[in-house]
Amino acid sequence: MKLLYFPGCTLKTSAKNLEKSANAIMEKLSHELKEMDDWVCCGVVSSLSDDDLMRHLAPLRSLIHVEDQGEDKVITLCDMCCNTLKQTNLRVKEKPDDLETLNAFMDKENDYKGTVNVYHFLEFLRDEVGFSKLKQMVKNPLKGIRIMPYYGCMMLRPREVAIDDAEDPQIFNDLLDALGAEIVDNPFKIECCGSYHTIENKDIVSKRAHHITNYAFERNADAIILSCPLCRFNLDVRGKEAELMFKGYKQIPIYYYTQLIAIALGIDPEICGFDDHAVDPNLLLKKKGVYKI
Amino acid sequence: MHKKIPKNKEISKIIFKKGELVKEVEEISGENLFGCYQCGTCSSGCPYIDDMDLTPDEVIRYIILDRKEVLNSKTLWLCSACFTCAERCPRDINITKIMEALRQIILRRKIDYSNTRKTTKKEREKIPQIAFVSLFRKNIG
Repeated sequence: MKLLYFPGCTLKTSAKNLEKSANAIMEKLSHELKEMDDWVCCGVVSSLSDDDLMRHLAPLRSLIHVEDQGEDKVITLCDMCCNTLKQTNLRVKEKPDDLETLNAFMDKENDYKGTVNVYHFLEFLRDEVGFSKLKQMVKNPLKGIRIMPYYGCMMLRPREVAIDDAEDPQIFNDLLDALGAEIVDNPFKIECCGSYHTIENKDIVSKRAHHITNYAFERNADAIILSCPLCRFNLDVRGKEAELMFKGYKQIPIYYYTQLIAIALGIDPEICGFDDHAVDPNLLLKKKGVYKI
Repeated sequence: MHKKIPKNKEISKIIFKKGELVKEVEEISGENLFGCYQCGTCSSGCPYIDDMDLTPDEVIRYIILDRKEVLNSKTLWLCSACFTCAERCPRDINITKIMEALRQIILRRKIDYSNTRKTTKKEREKIPQIAFVSLFRKNIG
């Protein structure tokens, strides 16, 4: 099956490993993520002011391009893109007047008809592929590795665009179950990682990263699984920096879910691009005997 | 039993106005701030509460009381729109949108709140692009 895919800026720059590992999984599943033509920046944060439609233009433009390519489905890997596209899609579907205004503003584009549905890649794996199928395909089970799921905000809130329960999501638990890992559940899995404060307010983000991962560290978790490229950066890089702020605290490796699936399915670890991580994710996998290099 | 309250002509002439601030916030956010009964659920779940000078429920109270000094609060710029408060509010008030409205009141007067020049080149290359776009959207407009 060929699926249209919206990458977004970060997947093409600082999170290439997320894209590569997702592509490798799709190949293994005999599907393909086909990058859509003419995608534009989604705007990252959805507009929160009611009286201003300007910020819905960029995501809507991409949705129009999906329609132009004759598809009614688009997949995203980045949590923030997914959230923004879904929120704009929902808004124009619920408020036809807004859609009319936005359509009138578009210059070269066709009118948006509202036929597109936006999916997170994780949603696709759960609903269309099924974790049970992944389970059957596992070659290197993640046996004996204690992993803490971390969801962050954009996958779960607002409720209208969530891919799982907003307060107690289970999707990573089910995935980790299928991959054979041990789960360390935690109350901080839905808390904000510090988001864009990582640019101007590093210490606050380091504190957040410590707050979240210290729970995992104290409960002897070996690693954290997550999905969002910004959460990865904040927990991994700012978490590593937090080691200097908090005595006795040690940052544990952070994995994208796609990397762990790829490893479990026996895909070459080279594809996972572990070099980009601040805490080396390779060491743990080798130590636990998941694979040897 | 129904009690009859005597009417005073002079008193019935008095018109109570909502403050300007609350009007503008309500217009931008589309939320009804007077629905807030100050339970503090938003503040108890907020991930930045330790660094805030005013808690989110205090911010709402300040707006209702038309105290414009709320616009100087650090709280507005600390909120990263994680939607935890909006998700949990028992009165179904979207506090995230209220924070955005306060930021917009300032930003629409062309006041820039970002300071990315301090960020080193090395950091700029490492930090994911989504962080920059979010920051610009939230702190410049």
